[in-house]
Amino acid sequence: MIVTLFIPCFVDLMFPQVGISMVQILERLGHRVECPEEIACCGQPAYNSGYWDEARPVAAKVIERLKDSEVVVIASGSCGAMIHVFYPELFAGTPLADAAKELAGKCFEFSDFLVTKLGQTNLGARFPAKVTFHDGCHGLRELRTYQQPRRLLAEVKGLELVEMKEKVCCGFGGTFAAKFPMISTAMGDVRCTMAKDTGAEYIVSNDSSCLMHIQGLLDRQGSRMKTIHLAEILART
Amino acid sequence: MKTPAAQFKVQATALTQDLRHRQLIQTALGKYEVVRDRTKAAFQDWPAARQAAAEIKWEAVNHLDAHLVQLVRNLEARGTKVHWASTAQQARDIILGIIREKKARSIVKSKAMTSEEIHLNEALEEAGFEVVESDLGEFIVQLRKEPPYHIVFPAMHLSRGDISELFTRELGSAPTQNPEELTMIARRVLRQKYITADVGFTGANFAIAETGMISITENEGNARLTAALPKVMITLLGIEKILPRLEDLALFLPMLATIGTGQPLTCYNSMYGGPRQPREPDGPEEFHVVLLDNRRTELLADPEQRDALHCIRCGGCLNVCPIFKNVGGHTYHTTYSGPIGSVITPHLRGLQDWKHLSFASSLCGACTETCPVKINLHHHLLHNRRNASKQKPSFFERTAFTVFSGIINRPRLYQCAKILGRFFQRFHGLVKGTRLDPAYAWTQSRELPPIAPQTFKEYWRSRNAGPGSPS
Amino acid sequence: MSEKENVLGRIREALRMKAPPPGSDHVGVGEPHHASIPPAQMRRWLPEVGSTFDHQLVAFRKSAAELKVDFHLLDSPTELAGLLLGLRDAEAWSKIGVHAGELTDFAAAKLGLPVCRTESGYEVADLENCSAGITECDALVAQTGSVLLTARSGGGRALSVLPPHHVVLAKREQLVADLPEAFALIKTKYAANYPSFISFITGPSRTGDIERILVLGAHGPKKLTICCL
Repeated sequence: MIVTLFIPCFVDLMFPQVGISMVQILERLGHRVECPEEIACCGQPAYNSGYWDEARPVAAKVIERLKDSEVVVIASGSCGAMIHVFYPELFAGTPLADAAKELAGKCFEFSDFLVTKLGQTNLGARFPAKVTFHDGCHGLRELRTYQQPRRLLAEVKGLELVEMKEKVCCGFGGTFAAKFPMISTAMGDVRCTMAKDTGAEYIVSNDSSCLMHIQGLLDRQGSRMKTIHLAEILART
Repeated sequence: MKTPAAQFKVQATALTQDLRHRQLIQTALGKYEVVRDRTKAAFQDWPAARQAAAEIKWEAVNHLDAHLVQLVRNLEARGTKVHWASTAQQARDIILGIIREKKARSIVKSKAMTSEEIHLNEALEEAGFEVVESDLGEFIVQLRKEPPYHIVFPAMHLSRGDISELFTRELGSAPTQNPEELTMIARRVLRQKYITADVGFTGANFAIAETGMISITENEGNARLTAALPKVMITLLGIEKILPRLEDLALFLPMLATIGTGQPLTCYNSMYGGPRQPREPDGPEEFHVVLLDNRRTELLADPEQRDALHCIRCGGCLNVCPIFKNVGGHTYHTTYSGPIGSVITPHLRGLQDWKHLSFASSLCGACTETCPVKINLHHHLLHNRRNASKQKPSFFERTAFTVFSGIINRPRLYQCAKILGRFFQRFHGLVKGTRLDPAYAWTQSRELPPIAPQTFKEYWRSRNAGPGSPS
Repeated sequence: MSEKENVLGRIREALRMKAPPPGSDHVGVGEPHHASIPPAQMRRWLPEVGSTFDHQLVAFRKSAAELKVDFHLLDSPTELAGLLLGLRDAEAWSKIGVHAGELTDFAAAKLGLPVCRTESGYEVADLENCSAGITECDALVAQTGSVLLTARSGGGRALSVLPPHHVVLAKREQLVADLPEAFALIKTKYAANYPSFISFITGPSRTGDIERILVLGAHGPKKLTICCL
């Protein structure tokens, strides 16, 4: 099938290897990938800050561009939640209401797409290291992705997964990280400590925004722990 | 005089750096989580119970007028005096009126968050009455002259050492690190208060419309004593506490306990349907119920957020909130803190003054996940943000988002912004982490990743253009 | 216009707009089911309790042990008397509070101690001096290890909470499965004229207010003993 891969701006600009890994994996599975040039944002920053009128034109462009796609895969759990859960509410009572619902119905987070839609768990990947998995909150609670990343990691050769003691927010939260930096940092510290307690070398997640925040804290602390996106691990053979 | 938002920021900054506080709260909540999960797991079908509880509360709140009328009729039929208070001032006046009429001197109180809400204690003390909080946690914070830290565990932020020092200072008791001894000190002091109090004041967890009763959930027995011994009993409750039928409690009492404290049931769950009835050996001669609105009808009038009135005040959302765990209950400066407090305070006290609580959240959704009555808590934070921004947009933010919207999904402008970004990045190192840094909010505590040498779009373009083409 | 009319007026005005059904963002997707939930249905969600007396007894004992309740299943009035005398001596009871009732009268007679009887009114100071409060009950609830009593079956509001030791005298046919059954019993027994006080007592009094550490005997009784004939 033709998979439309939606790469949001921070993945494009700062974590291109995540997008590249996703392309490699999808092509290896025999699908054609298209990445729309014209769109780079789902509209979440304005939406989360309460500026829904300003978010709508951004989101409308996404709906318009993706309306002919067979299936859409999003390179971020939080953008996925925006489209899947919040677009219907954002466009309720507007001419784009049906189109928004239609897009929400055909839009997947990456690990969910592989496991649930394609039924694939073994990608022939190899990553000999001890890792722990951080669930981004949007993916976990809005999109209900929990098993999917773990089933994929279970098939990675040489990989040992240790879980942190509980599921808790890393503290990024979009504009929250800039509006309330001290709370965001404290929450991130708590999460980093939990990760360090597992003894893992890598923190893996399916959300680059969480990893950006966690890596930023680890780097400032001078920690040797590294972050890596799930797709990057799955692309390694 | 700092605004609530400024005060919040200052206090949050201080508390997030207080590692002792963080450790105390994480330890207390860690213990709670273990018992809560075990008790919840005993339910054969927690999701079904939750859905049913949500539906019962929906029924109760969406037919609130009919249920209140039925409740009052049934209460009055057996001699209860029912009073209606539209505002906090009216509620205080009603309660003071009763106390003055009875020529009471001392009042013993069991825990009632609504009494915090209307600042009852201050009003009573100003009028010259002695008010004693009988719940151990409330008793402790009353001695410390501070508000409760958590709606279910008022003294959660204190160690046994703090409490021992407090008792020694205020009660003259010998210092002790033993929680049992500390509890016994409070028990001895409060014993006489129950016996000699003229008025017993309580809150209520639920009000049963069908049978005309109020229901009180507790562990210590102080509410039972407050409702048994004094000659006059006054109960204050919010109008939203209604449940339609007596048997609804078979679901709500265990669910409240499970999420509230991690117990299958709390120690005492008592229903009160009137003053002492004929042939009953004891109980108050007069029973007054004060029904409090205090802007709950405004929340009711917002159909999108009306389900916030389903809240059973279990405190579960506070217990799972990472913001609460890091800034603590006092930082909110509201009667109701945590996620539910952030949702309802703008409605009860004003949107512009209290919107900051809705913004001080990463929207992780743990609150919504845990709520026993399925209130859409974290989505309501988004609704509050939208309402606040629509009512009073920030020029800076609206402009910034308009500009952002104009650029982000237009490839050529996006490219320009990227080129500019790469240019300014070279100088970022000079100002990084200082006040001159435009990204200071981020870089004060975190490193910022650079723009990649080849962005994804650049890679994609070069790939599609074929070999030998410029990227 | 009275304050009652003010409040009700605002409520009615507010409710003219319909709210979305529970657990949903989407307005106008049908109204939820309104009616009492049948006990059989509620039972499928709440913690499991067996349907036989023996299963329910096991469940009750288990809860009682966790709650630090002393539970005794007794085969005869003589055994009951023996147990009560044992408690009297071990705890050096000087005075007991009781109410009129088949089992409580029996207990009072056997114990041979000064009594404070509550049924016709009493002095609080008198009850305060009692070593134990002995009551009957309406039911024992297997699912939660609770005692159900009212102002009528339990000798008032204070007898079961003021003295430091609460002793409950029950009969085994009073054991019910769960809370739905207990509430059904309350309705059947008392609907014509509810007592002003109904209570589920689940263990001795306790608090977790100090560092969330459990301490027994906060304000209510420190000990709860259930004697089941």
